[in-house]
Amino acid sequence: MPLKNPRNPNRRYSLSAWRARTAWLLLTPSLLILVLVAAFPLFRSFQLSLFDVSILKFPLQLTWVGLDNYVALASDPRWWRSVWNTVVFTVISVGFETVLGLMIALLVHSEFKGRGLVRTAMLVPWAIPGVVSSQMWRWMFNDVYGVINDLFIKLRLIKTPMAWLAEPALVLPAIIAVDVWKTTPFMALILLAGLQGIPKELYEAARVDGASSVQQFWRITFPLLRPSLLVALIFRTLDALRVFDMIYIVAGTQIETISMSIYARQQLISFGLLGYGSAVSTGMFLILALYIAVYLVTLKVEVK
Amino acid sequence: MKWYSRGVLVVSLLGSAAVGLVVTNLGIAQGGVTLRVACGTVGSQQALCKSAADRWAAKTGNKVDVVPNVASSNERLALFQQQLSAGSSDVDVYQIENIWPGLLADYFVDLKEYVPEATIKEFFPSMIEADTVEGKLVDLPWYGDAGLLYYRKDLLEKYGFKKPPSTWAQLTSMATKIQQGERKDNSNFWGYVWQGAAYEGLTCDALEWIYSYGGGTIVDNKGNVTINNKNAAAALDMAAKWVGTISPKGVTTYSEEESRGVWQAGNAAFMRNWPYAFPLGNGDTSPIKGKFDVTVLPKGPGASGKNAATFGGHSLAVNRFSKNAKAAADLVVYMTSAEVQKERAIVGGYNPSRPVVYKDPEVLKASPFLGRLYKVFANAVVRPTTVTATKYPRVSEAFWNASNSVLTGKSNGAAALVALEDELKRIKGAKW
Repeated sequence: MPLKNPRNPNRRYSLSAWRARTAWLLLTPSLLILVLVAAFPLFRSFQLSLFDVSILKFPLQLTWVGLDNYVALASDPRWWRSVWNTVVFTVISVGFETVLGLMIALLVHSEFKGRGLVRTAMLVPWAIPGVVSSQMWRWMFNDVYGVINDLFIKLRLIKTPMAWLAEPALVLPAIIAVDVWKTTPFMALILLAGLQGIPKELYEAARVDGASSVQQFWRITFPLLRPSLLVALIFRTLDALRVFDMIYIVAGTQIETISMSIYARQQLISFGLLGYGSAVSTGMFLILALYIAVYLVTLKVEVK
Repeated sequence: MKWYSRGVLVVSLLGSAAVGLVVTNLGIAQGGVTLRVACGTVGSQQALCKSAADRWAAKTGNKVDVVPNVASSNERLALFQQQLSAGSSDVDVYQIENIWPGLLADYFVDLKEYVPEATIKEFFPSMIEADTVEGKLVDLPWYGDAGLLYYRKDLLEKYGFKKPPSTWAQLTSMATKIQQGERKDNSNFWGYVWQGAAYEGLTCDALEWIYSYGGGTIVDNKGNVTINNKNAAAALDMAAKWVGTISPKGVTTYSEEESRGVWQAGNAAFMRNWPYAFPLGNGDTSPIKGKFDVTVLPKGPGASGKNAATFGGHSLAVNRFSKNAKAAADLVVYMTSAEVQKERAIVGGYNPSRPVVYKDPEVLKASPFLGRLYKVFANAVVRPTTVTATKYPRVSEAFWNASNSVLTGKSNGAAALVALEDELKRIKGAKW
């Protein structure tokens, strides 16, 4: 959120000047926290990315390498693969989550018996800690004793057990399926809140005018749901671009599914390369920043 | 994201520092010190570690906490690196693998300062040598590990085989025949299980195949990248053919415990694993109790073929930031003593690092296979850790990814090794 500009034309007036000062005073603590937990680490991370430094040396030895780490990053196929994986994961999973979330939200928005129960039950996947549900899915996907193979064979969907997490073509879809299972409730929840904010009178008026349910959806529900939809999309997309735990637990660091965060962690922690790992983190930050910039511009257009 | 994880790191470090402080203070109040030991968790390790540590604690009036740990070797290394590079004194004694001394040497005390020369001489000299980095004794060896071939005696007999396979080709045909026969009653039966997941364990398995084919050790002693050769490619292609035929397709996601799961349930004719699976397979509740034995892993084809077993010893080291280094070193000496090693050999199947234990009649009676392991150790192949030094984790990662890509059919041996050679040279840079 852009801060309110204190240099407004009214600043000559002492009252508004005083107000602006108060506003700054009240903002200071949050700004300080932001600097402390966001700006400073970000700066440090960028600073480290200009050095060659291994955590395996004690005491740490920093060797200045300038932009060498970034040059290496630009030609690192594993890094670009992780970017590609993350984007594919994000686009597909967020797409499915939006559509399914909207359907579920519309369903639980309508009046029916036991609605409260369904609304609560719907949240279960979202409420289970990510690490726990990921491990659970890992076991369910197991080729020998996993329940998914057992179920699919009983339903006659497949004939022989599939190695879901070993087959290169299956592992990313499997992971996306888990993410859709886990985060659709979140989408549904935000969209449900949006739906509840739409005045009922609009639908009554539409019915009086003889509009069909489909027309009602496209003319009333969808346009009025747009702000909530956008908020949900932004949250989910940012989240999906940073994905770590689920993929890491279900599929480890294999190249088919490695995400940007996993790659950064691998360089920083597994290999102890503080310099190069910081460059990876900064690269990831730039991609996220780009996404946010694009989003802010489109939102501005949207608001106008 | 970066700042976020950093924040969490700082908070958790502060938190654990606070806990550490409280724990230390409590320890002092009771008169002794409290040590924290990070032991391995695969198989029966945790329980054995705890019972030995408790005995030391009772004897010396100190207290020992065995801290829980992760099973995967590379995850454990990452965790230890993180703790040590943050200067954490939380854990006093680390159980480390014999491929780590070169990586972590800076963070451990020189045990020569705490352990009498005579005690050091009681261990296998070759192990002590491997654990000495630039004159510094980084750790005391605890047990030796080597890849073994487990085979079902009863099934071999049932299908008319007189002895375990001596070449990979024999193993493949025996496994195929047994699997075909057993499938009639058991649709989950497989010929051969091993470790194919993309992690350090696959580096061990794949190195065994390649070395047994005469394909070298990835990087040779002089630091040259030697992996791109015909024998190595043939070895990987052979293993890739197992996947989906005599080994389950999911074997490319298996680590030690997953393969032991299939094996110990009686669902496999052969297994590649470490010695720890021997006593577990002979446990009272094990369906395959008394039905199996171990031998050296098979040879590759032709004149260049030889037996190979990846060597994977474990040892105990003392954190340089430990507040009680002297007591910690004393604990390490006790844990690696002949008395404790004897118990570990009998109960857990861990191969002693002191020659004297091998001569103990009780040990030989309980674990007759320990004596036979000499042959395996004689064929041990060592991962190229010394020459690649701090870059070893990246070398191993590149190697297991390339191997895994062949196993999953994304690539073939020859193509994967060309790419791997490039990557290893990139990692090497001007020098290792």
